[in-house]
Amino acid sequence: MRTLSIQAALNEALRQEMRQDSRVILLGEDIAGGAGSDVDNDAMGGSFGVTRGLLTEFGADRVMDTPISESAFIGAAAGAALTGMRPVVELMFVDFMGVCFDQIFNQAAKFRYMFGGKSTLPLVIRTTIGAGLRSAAQHSQTLYPLFTAIAGLKCVAPSNAYDAKGLLISAMRDNNPVVFFEHKAIYDQTAEVPEHDYSVPLGKARLIRPGDDAVIITLSAMVRIAETAADQLQQQGIHCAVLDLRSLSPLDEQAILDQVRHCGRVVLVDEAPPRCGIAADVASLIVERAFEHLKAPVIKVTPPHTPVPFAPNLEDAYIPRPEQVIAAVQQII
Amino acid sequence: MNARDSLIPESLLPHLDAIYERMALIRAFENRLQYEHDAGTLPGLVHLYTGQEAIAVGICWLLTEADWIGSTHRGHGHCIAKGCDINAMMAEIYGRATGLCGGKGGSMHIADLDRGMLGANGIVGATPPLALGAALSAKSRHTNQVSIAFTGDGGANQGTTFESLNMAVSFQLPCIFVFENNGFGQSTAAEHASTVSIAERSQGFGLPAVSVDGSDFFAVYEAAKTAIQRARSGGGPSVIEAHAKRFGGHHSADDQAYRDQNEVLETRKQADCLLKFRTSTVQIKGLADQLDQIDKRVVSQVEAAVTFAKQSPPPALSELTTDVYAPEAVQ
Repeated sequence: MRTLSIQAALNEALRQEMRQDSRVILLGEDIAGGAGSDVDNDAMGGSFGVTRGLLTEFGADRVMDTPISESAFIGAAAGAALTGMRPVVELMFVDFMGVCFDQIFNQAAKFRYMFGGKSTLPLVIRTTIGAGLRSAAQHSQTLYPLFTAIAGLKCVAPSNAYDAKGLLISAMRDNNPVVFFEHKAIYDQTAEVPEHDYSVPLGKARLIRPGDDAVIITLSAMVRIAETAADQLQQQGIHCAVLDLRSLSPLDEQAILDQVRHCGRVVLVDEAPPRCGIAADVASLIVERAFEHLKAPVIKVTPPHTPVPFAPNLEDAYIPRPEQVIAAVQQII
Repeated sequence: MNARDSLIPESLLPHLDAIYERMALIRAFENRLQYEHDAGTLPGLVHLYTGQEAIAVGICWLLTEADWIGSTHRGHGHCIAKGCDINAMMAEIYGRATGLCGGKGGSMHIADLDRGMLGANGIVGATPPLALGAALSAKSRHTNQVSIAFTGDGGANQGTTFESLNMAVSFQLPCIFVFENNGFGQSTAAEHASTVSIAERSQGFGLPAVSVDGSDFFAVYEAAKTAIQRARSGGGPSVIEAHAKRFGGHHSADDQAYRDQNEVLETRKQADCLLKFRTSTVQIKGLADQLDQIDKRVVSQVEAAVTFAKQSPPPALSELTTDVYAPEAVQ
């Protein structure tokens, strides 16, 4: 089967859904690129190339470069979703949520509940997360816990190209606001991706590898870190399961608890902050629901509770590394 | 008072009683809510629209059910002007199962999508982006719907509003921004919060903006007619700043200690849209009697709405966890 990078897989998902459903429109900053220029500049295709070529195929009525006004265009996407469209809006970096969060968490997320179930809001907010690109503290954060805390939003963070395409198609077909977190550092990673449109269900984790001694629960770019650690532990005779959460909301509690009950030892690897992050959240779930199955303390591997630093050596030290995961597993075996 | 009768458009002559009734219904609804608040029967607080009735009715008179409006925390008037059922509204304000939102939204979140009412909103300045999106939706679907963003002198100072004005112009969207300048953002005078008029500021974004007397139905109506025609015919967005001083407090428990009570009394006397309407139409034979009848009728309609609300059950406790997510997906 052919392989695609994550950004190419996402592009294909957008393209296939836009062909099938004229209600799908795209809005964001520089998603086509070159708006207002005399030069046809679709070649830019967004800051990370995910939307390349879509302007050419679908036209400026469906692929709209906006002013740098996140509140206006994300709010407009919510308003359009409330009135019959199915917008996919791009927040270039999740760090920019600070200028538009009201439209996401007070408006889009809450309408259905506040309106007594009378509205649907089929909106996808694509955004980027993650450190590793030497982009410093305001372009490198992993802020999905803030969104996961809000009832009414669904949150998805794929780790590979196959899931990226299938999850984005599911997100676009869902009738709820879905925040889709794309990790910048793994956009180029390739995997086998079917050419047809397929969906990966929201709210389902994937057991990447089975194991009996400990389970490493993780997501997004940390999946590869966990797999590297699991490979090396394997050579030491320690067999770790690796569970990719894929969705944060809904959370696949059953898959987590099944693995905890099977392995009895848990390491949580998350690039989000250690406080109130996904690792902390899943740890609380495990302690509440599977305490009697635990043979050792639940260990979190996360960045320190600091902003993301710029200096390359500091940033590398900030991001969780395989040796930290290995040490965490060894600590509880 | 000035003789406005010559300015009454011919087309409105058969509808004068209905126009007055809509405004009087809002007044009666809000007066009753203040009474019920003071009597302690209401959960929470309500932000009353008293004094601004001509704005909501003047803007909405030319809209169809297919057109969209987005509202504010002071939203009851917009709901009634757009045709929402007052029984279901009252039940919502009382937090009852029969409310427009099943009691889960309350006064600040009344919505009625079937009537193009996109919701009252508890966040000042949140509505312009949302209404912008409804306008984008209309343009994308090639309908001739228009979208109204109601906001106030407070919302006029929010960045969301500036962003939306700019984007409405750059995308040429059928969106009309209605700034209801009622003199106060909560307790802060509008002139203190900003020294440039909203209409003048708006013109800087490159869209037509007018300032009208918001206590004069006919003035609001004329401005709305121009803006709506422009939007429907693809001419893009506009701004209407409508001045109408708040009759009461920011909310039902606000005794307005920051306001000169003589100014409040004078406002109620000089800038009452219902009295102005009567004055403007005084020469129309037989109308005054009809309006007297309407004044009585709306009070009993509101009485019935309050009875309906108070007799309605609260939402079932199981409703606490429903309606967070839509279950169904496409295909």
